[in-house]
Amino acid sequence: MTPLLELDDIHVHLGGRKRWFQPDIPPVKAVGGVTLTVAAGEILGLVGESGCGKTTLGRTVLGLQRETRGSIRLRGKTVSGARPRDARKLRRAIQYVHQDPGAALDPWWSIGHSLEEGLVITGHGERSRRREIIEQALAAVGLDPTAQRRYPHEFSGGQLRRIGLARILMLDPDIVILDEPTSGLDMSVQATVLNLLLEIRARRDLTYLFISHDLSVVRRLCDRVAVMYLGRIVELAPAASLFERALHPYAQALLAAAPRLEPGESRTIAIRGEPPSAARLPAGCLFAGRCPYAEPACRTEEQVLQAVAPGHEVACRRWREIAAGAPPTAAAA
Amino acid sequence: MLILKKFAQDKSAVIGFAIVVAVVFIAVFGPWLAPYPQDATMSHLTRRLRPPSWAFPFGTDNLGRDILSRVILGARGALKVSLLVVGASMAIGVPLGLAAGYSRGWLSEAIMRVTDVFLALPQLILALALAQLMGPSLESAMIALVATYWPFFTRIVYAETRRLRASLFVDALEGLGASPTRIVFLHILPNAASPIIVRATIGLGFTILVAATLGFLGMGATPPDPDWGLAISQSRTFLPGAWWYATFPGLAILVTVLGFNLLGDGLRDIMDPRLRRSR
Repeated sequence: MTPLLELDDIHVHLGGRKRWFQPDIPPVKAVGGVTLTVAAGEILGLVGESGCGKTTLGRTVLGLQRETRGSIRLRGKTVSGARPRDARKLRRAIQYVHQDPGAALDPWWSIGHSLEEGLVITGHGERSRRREIIEQALAAVGLDPTAQRRYPHEFSGGQLRRIGLARILMLDPDIVILDEPTSGLDMSVQATVLNLLLEIRARRDLTYLFISHDLSVVRRLCDRVAVMYLGRIVELAPAASLFERALHPYAQALLAAAPRLEPGESRTIAIRGEPPSAARLPAGCLFAGRCPYAEPACRTEEQVLQAVAPGHEVACRRWREIAAGAPPTAAAA
Repeated sequence: MLILKKFAQDKSAVIGFAIVVAVVFIAVFGPWLAPYPQDATMSHLTRRLRPPSWAFPFGTDNLGRDILSRVILGARGALKVSLLVVGASMAIGVPLGLAAGYSRGWLSEAIMRVTDVFLALPQLILALALAQLMGPSLESAMIALVATYWPFFTRIVYAETRRLRASLFVDALEGLGASPTRIVFLHILPNAASPIIVRATIGLGFTILVAATLGFLGMGATPPDPDWGLAISQSRTFLPGAWWYATFPGLAILVTVLGFNLLGDGLRDIMDPRLRRSR
């Protein structure tokens, strides 16, 4: 069976410019060689620190950002290599929910008007039919039809997320990219939004690409998790085994940094230093400069994902030793 | 309705609005309101330079014409010039600003650099040069005003478009697959409308002032047009004796420009989408 979505060695370079008489501005390598498959019906989490390229990867999958290299296949059909507008036509089955769905609505347009627009753009039949679809979508996210007459600023954050969700549900997607769907919401609202997401997925047979840095949410929701660092996936594993036994030093540090409820164990190992600039990447393993297990060889050998168990891949040459409990090497420079 | 309520609380905006409505009313119905409508062209040398009286509330000028009638009749010309100039400036400036703001790269750069060049032209000096070239007339003054006023619209629309283009809702629309035409005309233009309207309102007053200046310098309207600026220019030789001759056309300019400016400022304050309510 072909996977729903396949990414093959995706590179995305942003900006960069040739200049006259001055040194060229190098592009930022936001995503550098991501290979990933998404199976139908799963929830794949994409985690990593701010600026690691998870949103860029999401936008590239969506088609708003053109990939520099690599190919994307949707149900076995190649959909990459097109200009953003054509790419969006090819990838109607993929939709994106913004981090802040309130700001993603035109403030001058009423909700009903904004929702209808998506249908108009995708060419959905006559007006009465559109009305029906909108009301169904609003009902599906638990809002009543009167919401249509109101304006974005009249809704709360949780309601806006529902509207954002309704907006793309109407378009009948197969894959939904959720960018930080819970950021900025308080705990109780978070829970209702997450439950809604799960409920809708079950009802509509959706596949989620879940971009987040909230690890507790990822743990609860995702089937598989990809940990990104500087535009690459450093570890890809089923959620259970990742949270049980992360192998990559970066993934370990990321998990260790998450706040926990158990008392006493509050001391976390902070990662030293800053990540290198994505415009000037170092040679070898990108994490070597901050890695407590780094060896001289780490700084010369580029790391690629290797399978350690079925479904569990890690991009670290020392994973065996780390798994066996090797002590950290001397302080990394 | 929240907008109306908010507007009604802003006293200076209401005053501005009232003045503008009055000026428009006078401009439209001028020939019927003026006590001596024939004084637009006819002169009566027997009643030269009469001071204000019941018969001639604003006095008469050096050709014996009723100044009140000429001030009333001048409103239409002033308003016509400013509407044409601002309308033409918007017709040129707004599309260019949208194009420059939405596109990237050379097109945007080219439009904005040309705009900068026009922005650098001093308005009055260009108007004087054109008047020399084409002969002094209202048309040459209007061409000069349009040539120097459109860049203001381009700049404003460009800045707004840039800001809106980077906003999340435009991004979301692109994500839905909306066409650039749809995004620009249905989303960016309405969201950029408030600064455009404010600028246009203030521009109407400003243009009346500059047109009057040109009339004063003899580069705009030509006699015997009942132009306010021209009247002040002609009155100079009769100052300070015939004070009413310069005062009333001058007051007409002052009040009209003030009205447009107050209205423009008031509009700026209420142009906020958050005042839009469903109920």
